[in-house]
Amino acid sequence: MMGAEFVALSLPPILIGTLAAIACALPGNFLLLRRQALIGDAISHVVLPGIVLAFLVTGTVAAWPMMLGAGAAALVAVLMIETIRRLGRIEPGAAMGVVFTTMFAAGVLLLEQSDTSGVHLDVQHALYGNLESLIWLEATGWDSLWDVQALAALPPELPRIALTLLVVAVVMLLSWRPLVLSTFDEGFARTLGLPVRAIGVGLVSLAALAAVAAFDAVGSIIVIAMFICPPAAARLMTDRLGTQIWWSLGFATLSAVLGYVLAGYGPLWLGGTHALSAAGMIASVSGVILLLAALFGPCRAPAGQRPG
Amino acid sequence: MLTDALLLQLGYNATLVTLGAALLGAAAGVTGVFLVLGKRALVSDAVSHATLPGIGLAFIAMVMAGGDGRALPGLLLGAAAAAGLGLLCVSWLTRRTRLGEDAAIGAVLSVFFGAGVVLLTVIQTMSAGRQAGLETFLLGSTAGMLRSDALVIALAGALVLALVLALRRPMTLAAFDPDFAVARGLNVRRIDLAAMGLAMAITVIGLKIVGLILIVALLIIPPVAARFWSDRVDHVLALSGLLGGISGYGGAALSATAPGLPTGPLIVLLSFALFALSLLAAPRRGVLATLLRRRRAVAPGAGR
Amino acid sequence: MKHDSTRPEAVRPAIPATAGDAPSVPLAISGLTVSYGDMPAVNDVSVAFRSGAMTAIIGPNGAGKSTLLKSALGIVTPLSGQVTCWGRPLARQRHRIAYVPQRAAIDWEFPARALDVVLMGMYRELGLLRRVRASHLARAMSCLARVGMEDFADRQIGRLSGGQQQRVFLARALAQGADLYMLDEPFAGVDAATERAIIAVLKEIVAEGGTVIAVHHDLATVPGYFDRVFLMNVHAIAEGPVATAFSRENLDLAYGGRLAQDPVGAAGARDAY
Repeated sequence: MMGAEFVALSLPPILIGTLAAIACALPGNFLLLRRQALIGDAISHVVLPGIVLAFLVTGTVAAWPMMLGAGAAALVAVLMIETIRRLGRIEPGAAMGVVFTTMFAAGVLLLEQSDTSGVHLDVQHALYGNLESLIWLEATGWDSLWDVQALAALPPELPRIALTLLVVAVVMLLSWRPLVLSTFDEGFARTLGLPVRAIGVGLVSLAALAAVAAFDAVGSIIVIAMFICPPAAARLMTDRLGTQIWWSLGFATLSAVLGYVLAGYGPLWLGGTHALSAAGMIASVSGVILLLAALFGPCRAPAGQRPG
Repeated sequence: MLTDALLLQLGYNATLVTLGAALLGAAAGVTGVFLVLGKRALVSDAVSHATLPGIGLAFIAMVMAGGDGRALPGLLLGAAAAAGLGLLCVSWLTRRTRLGEDAAIGAVLSVFFGAGVVLLTVIQTMSAGRQAGLETFLLGSTAGMLRSDALVIALAGALVLALVLALRRPMTLAAFDPDFAVARGLNVRRIDLAAMGLAMAITVIGLKIVGLILIVALLIIPPVAARFWSDRVDHVLALSGLLGGISGYGGAALSATAPGLPTGPLIVLLSFALFALSLLAAPRRGVLATLLRRRRAVAPGAGR
Repeated sequence: MKHDSTRPEAVRPAIPATAGDAPSVPLAISGLTVSYGDMPAVNDVSVAFRSGAMTAIIGPNGAGKSTLLKSALGIVTPLSGQVTCWGRPLARQRHRIAYVPQRAAIDWEFPARALDVVLMGMYRELGLLRRVRASHLARAMSCLARVGMEDFADRQIGRLSGGQQQRVFLARALAQGADLYMLDEPFAGVDAATERAIIAVLKEIVAEGGTVIAVHHDLATVPGYFDRVFLMNVHAIAEGPVATAFSRENLDLAYGGRLAQDPVGAAGARDAY
């Protein structure tokens, strides 16, 4: 299992899945604390019309235009949610529900109306991604990791998601204190003169960036699951924010690796012949982790219900 | 063609589907009011996504029992069971852990959906699963719907609508003022459960027409739109049902006129159009009315 | 300085609105109007708070006391009016001001310990990236000690009692090393021990030359706790030393004559014990 075939067929998807999971879990921690966990859900729904429009404009399924389209759609969605919430004085959950279902419906309609028979673009692909197809044919073994020529043939999703993760991580590191302050106590952050609203918009934009890049590689199930499940499970493990982040990264990695391995090799171990959906399995594993944390996590109970 | 469709002239099946969609939309519109009033609109999103593994397991079970895996009543039963489990998970996570409802919703939604996708790939590897077509439950599909299926949907939609209308008074009380409802001797917990149960029923019935990803729109958009027109709960209920019914009817009729016009998205887009109209033009709460009022208020008072 | 006629004529001299630009005035508000929706919560309020004093902001429910504080701090955006601190715009004096909010606005499940909360008060010094050093930790601990909370430094904030939580937030304000402390109902819903601890710390602050402004609702404790009062009810009513401004007449203006018993008399009686 650990030979040349593994490096060529399994290593790139596992790496991409892990990096995508971490890139989503990082901002997910703060979205969770701000009770905005469902932003990830909303963003990954509205990405569909974005990529369909990008396809209609450019006529190809090239990655950058699609990511741009997806990013623009995410931005439009956030603006629409905010506008509807304010103009209509509607609670955020309902405003979100109005916007993301509408935009997703528009995406599906656009997709059905346009001729995409020649390209790999459909709703299923958008939902589950195609992690399994991100293979590295040039690899001949572990040595290929030092072979520049072979490295150049890595699936382009890998450097893209790695770069995205780097950006997300660096921005979050640099803005750590203001982010924590404004998440914990917005009023206090304001009295310090922190640009509270800009920080909020920045966080959502960062989440959108992670979602769009991860979506391109792994589909929206993983995006939604990784925004929420690893941070949620981590929250039940500790009362320290820094520790929570590390737990969430560990859980995200575990979900991605274990999920991929179970989907790819599990059926073989059981005597089957076909691999299962890796995206679905990664989400499922993250759910099992959350279930275990909810049952046994040391800080699972609400603070008021624990002995002092 | 469109007038034919709107006048139900496209054959018996299409007529049944259109009427079913209208009943479903009306029932969803009325039920959704209670969810939106109780600020629980997105719980139904978790519930609808949670149906997928139930559909998959029901298919597998029916095939293993030697039957046709695609029998709609069986699939809907599985969907309902999984939706109920998803709902239980949301409330368990919210009550027993420190996680907020939003996190619980997102977690249940993504994990159940992920598990469902895994099951779909399992089904693809089964010999009977090649043409299972369970993917149609994601976005709904009315093309080639069996007459019996259309009948089931229309009847179930009518039943749910009747139930919601019968229960509207206690549900209004419970959603608007739980404390008062308790003081009046109502069992608020049971009423909440009934409201969620009805939402679940709508989700399950709507799977075939609207699909599990978009069904939540029918529960959210009409109530939010109706809220703009009135502050009285009974008016909001009636209007929301009406808007939902129009969306269902119009969307289904429109989609029957040509191929490549999926029913679910059309229904959702139509309801959004009605929402946008309400947001702009409703008297008092609408944007135009607010702007006009502000202008009038500012003009004389600006002399300071 | 002109004002419109909506403010009661009798009390105008009590409000030294012209003193607002002086560098010795820690907080001067002039012509401040804030509105939520169509109704003004604060209407054309002008007031200058005295340096080195402990001033209570009092008035009935819905009088706009918290809103006044929040808009003075820039948390709520006013429709009109000006706020200066020591004669300069608020934005340039923020580092000299500490604010202790009413306790409702926070998620008590947040993964933060009492010590973490106090360290947040040092944001100005720590900035984005500077390391938290032993000296910072020591100072944070001493702030906790001043409010009697040093034994709870490692406790998650949701697992403290309401009064303990309030003291932690006062410790955070102390960690800011401010000259002006603004508190929104610091004694609301806290136990007697906490109330004593808080008032002791506030008196220390004033004794060291700091200024304290607190929204307060318990009229009976006003004379015992505060040097000065500012009475308001959407409009400004009066500002001055407790001895003169905390009068039956002004209270009737603020509360619309709805007070059942006479807090001035009651407080006086209690003082006589």
